[in-house]
Amino acid sequence: MTEIGAFFAMGGYAGFVWSAYGIAAAVLGGLSVYSWRRYRDSIVTVERLQQDLGRRR
Amino acid sequence: MINWLANPARFMRLSAKAVPWCSWTAVLVLAVGLFWSLMVAPPDYQQGDTVRIMYVHVPAAWMALSVYLFVAVASAVALVWRHPLAEVAARAAAPIGAAFTFVCLATGSLWGRPMWGTWWVWDARLTSVLILFFLYLGYIALANAFDDPSRGGRAAAVLALVGVVNLPIIKFSVDWWNTLHQPASVMRIGGPRIDISMLAPLLIMALGFTLLFAVLLMVRMRTALNERRAMALRLNAGAIPAPRPGREPVVSANTVVP
Amino acid sequence: MAAFLGLFRRDLSLALRQGGDTGLVIGFFVLAVVLFPFGVGPEPEVLRRIGAGTIWVAALLAALLSLDRLFEADYQDGELDLLALSSLPLELAVLAKCAAHWVATGLPLALTSPFLALLVDLDPGAIATLFASLLIGTPALSLIGSVAAALSLGARRQGVVLSLLVLPLYIPPLIFGAGAVEASAAGNGARAYLLILGAVTLAALALCPWASAAALRQALE
Repeated sequence: MTEIGAFFAMGGYAGFVWSAYGIAAAVLGGLSVYSWRRYRDSIVTVERLQQDLGRRR
Repeated sequence: MINWLANPARFMRLSAKAVPWCSWTAVLVLAVGLFWSLMVAPPDYQQGDTVRIMYVHVPAAWMALSVYLFVAVASAVALVWRHPLAEVAARAAAPIGAAFTFVCLATGSLWGRPMWGTWWVWDARLTSVLILFFLYLGYIALANAFDDPSRGGRAAAVLALVGVVNLPIIKFSVDWWNTLHQPASVMRIGGPRIDISMLAPLLIMALGFTLLFAVLLMVRMRTALNERRAMALRLNAGAIPAPRPGREPVVSANTVVP
Repeated sequence: MAAFLGLFRRDLSLALRQGGDTGLVIGFFVLAVVLFPFGVGPEPEVLRRIGAGTIWVAALLAALLSLDRLFEADYQDGELDLLALSSLPLELAVLAKCAAHWVATGLPLALTSPFLALLVDLDPGAIATLFASLLIGTPALSLIGSVAAALSLGARRQGVVLSLLVLPLYIPPLIFGAGAVEASAAGNGARAYLLILGAVTLAALALCPWASAAALRQALE
């Protein structure tokens, strides 16, 4: 077995080790992406509202 | 110190600088931690490569508990001193803590399957973490259950304190319950002694998770403050139907907080 | 003291006069326990083994069922604002309402439990312990529940939020209550369990009125 193959095989426990890291990455990454998107949206909303208010004056 | 940080405008200014720095540090530390735990750290002589799950599982468990304590302390500050940012911080932190708790449970299950031969054992520690997860869910549900967001924040703050008083009681009862219903074939994992080659990646991952928590906390707090600001702006726009020349709208960073 | 008793009597007579409450709770309790044999099969050994646990879990759920009524009506019609303003400390008012709630639900649950225990074939010693454990433990259910009921007052989908809040907090009484019966059925002394269950109830008695009152105050703010 090649070295890289051995790395991905994880001593025969590939399914468990990689899915553990995968779930952790998916959950924490997902939360990060969601939080960031919502943050960007909030900035856009505030800017738009401020412009509206500025136009009205 | 508390009063100095109480100003949302100051928080916005400081966190605007801190978020990029913390993000890149978190990415760097997590990359090093992942490399170390997946490539450098040796496989355990008993558990083989499954021991690598520990490097996500154990730091996630630490985070699960410490984030709950953070939520409780922030809630206490919010209730006692009416500190406007503390409530925002507590609400922003809870979903992050729930995510870490879920990661802890899921990876623990994936570790238990090859080691114990079962996805789940009603072990005292696992059971306590599961209950902690439900406490998080209750907190999040309560915080979002009200039309008036500040009412939700205050109710959730009381709940966080009730939960933190209950946590030791629940832990004690689960331990008691477990000693009576001890499953026969549970292999004790870890031990007081852990080799430095395993401790190093563990601590690096823990640091990475802490930094990630800090970044997410700041981003979510900034989001919450922005959303409050948007709400204040909307109310303001509604309150001034006709344009009135020569009058500044009373919107400043301080009106963000009710 | 007179105010305390007055509130207690008023709440109790309201609960009994509306009648439905106690009857519904008991009906749910009985039905929930009766469902279990259909799920696990009618073998007496199996039922005896899980009987104590099922009765305790059913009691928890039945107690949960009536919690949203604890403050809701008074909150809607403004009675709660008057209570908060009255000379009776809100903590004592909560205690009076919890006591009334316990007499209207917890006590009937404990009184019904021996008959349900016969259905799952518990032996007489275990039945006595079950009765004692419910008698000691149900006040804790009312008290802990009052905190969750006060917190979720006025929430959207209050029932769901309420159960999500309260069920994790009910785990300690459940462990020691069901544990007591199990220990007594196994021939070990149930004394230690009952004592700890009593400690849980006393701790709830000391702490929960404060938490509920704090929650009510912020709900009324």
